[in-house]
Amino acid sequence: MLAYAEGKSFVHALSGATKFLFFLFWSVLAMMTYDTRVMLVMAAVSILLFAVSRTRFEDVSFIFRLLLLFMALNLLAIYLFAPEQGVAIYGTRHVILQGIGRYTVTAEQLFYEANVFLKYCIMAPAAIILMVTTHPSEFASSLNRIGVNYSVAYAISLTLRYIPDVQREFQDISRSQQARGIELSRKASLMKRLKGASAILMPLVFSSLERIDVISHAMELRGFGKKKRRTWYSGRPFKVLDLIVMLVGALLLVLGLWITFRDGNRFFNPFV
Amino acid sequence: MNKKGLNIRTMVAIGIGAAIFFVLMRFVSIPSGVPNTNLNLAAAILSLFAGIFGPVAGMLIAFIGHTLTDLTWGSGVWWSWVLANTAFGFMLGIFRKKYRIEEGGFGMKEAVLFNVVQIIANLIAWVGIAPSLDILFFQEPANKVYLQGLTAAGLNAAVILVVGTLLAFGYSKTRTKAGSLKEER
Repeated sequence: MLAYAEGKSFVHALSGATKFLFFLFWSVLAMMTYDTRVMLVMAAVSILLFAVSRTRFEDVSFIFRLLLLFMALNLLAIYLFAPEQGVAIYGTRHVILQGIGRYTVTAEQLFYEANVFLKYCIMAPAAIILMVTTHPSEFASSLNRIGVNYSVAYAISLTLRYIPDVQREFQDISRSQQARGIELSRKASLMKRLKGASAILMPLVFSSLERIDVISHAMELRGFGKKKRRTWYSGRPFKVLDLIVMLVGALLLVLGLWITFRDGNRFFNPFV
Repeated sequence: MNKKGLNIRTMVAIGIGAAIFFVLMRFVSIPSGVPNTNLNLAAAILSLFAGIFGPVAGMLIAFIGHTLTDLTWGSGVWWSWVLANTAFGFMLGIFRKKYRIEEGGFGMKEAVLFNVVQIIANLIAWVGIAPSLDILFFQEPANKVYLQGLTAAGLNAAVILVVGTLLAFGYSKTRTKAGSLKEER
């Protein structure tokens, strides 16, 4: 699983909020655009980001393998469900191979699927870099800095804090219930699996609700939420670099959208 | 209690709820029998927490939990499904006062309402919002995304119908009923 890794690059030195904002701009652009040129530029920037953040490829290569499998399945599914989607989008039809029935191969379909592939490719790297270079507690504090209500920011930091605990507890409960004969694999019927799942979740829910009470009482006693602002142990001020990166992100978004929608269509069409 | 921000208990519930949601969505997979689809137990927890702590909690649990799941897969955040899940969490919590889970009053009548709401919410989120956003953002073939949405809605509804309802019954039974004390004469 992806996790924070200590590092000294300039991406690590950026505030978590800066990276998150950049990531938001990035994913909005990645979602809106279908312009091949914009996506190629974004792909190039991704590779550059990997290089400057000094993320070792071995650390994240398992993700790329998973991703490739997922993309292959999805591209295949698109073809099976709509072999003429590309033709519908680009408005022309260049048949390369006359297949069986409606399953022909057209240049438009190939180009469309290549674009979908590119789109998946540019969505991933920004998320990976955000995860690998951002310290969780620093992230919560910096969210508060960019205007997220501090209760919500604190809820996020609680989530990150309690994920390992919940995970360990779930494993313990699951093992002891399985030792008592609850079957969750394919061998059991669907109804049995669902019932077995409730037998595991029930103790987890009880202990978690108890934990919620303990934590909230402790926080209430310490006066959490009394004041409008709070300080953060791992908070750090924004630097000039942060502002520059945010500006670059916003600029990238505006420029990318402008290029994409200049001709009133989000697709770049090489066929006309 | 802080009127402007969130109630502390709700806020902690969001944090812990999102952690459970994340663990269930990320690490626990129970094969459903249909290839490539797993029973998503996170939906059951979401329905319970939204039923107890309300729409804002449901919304934030789904949003934080789902975003984190997508981030740690490294596949980029699939905002169309995250937003659908967020709306789903919100809808699940709308009638929380009627369920009376915390007051120990979750009976047959409440269970029926709970499930009617969750099925409608499932349809709106996974057959309405998610595929439409998929088409808007990704321009994927309509029949493909609607089929995916329908599968998700069906599985989610089944999980909440069985697991979510059982959890609500179980938890509500341990709570003291409101007004259960009687004066001795």
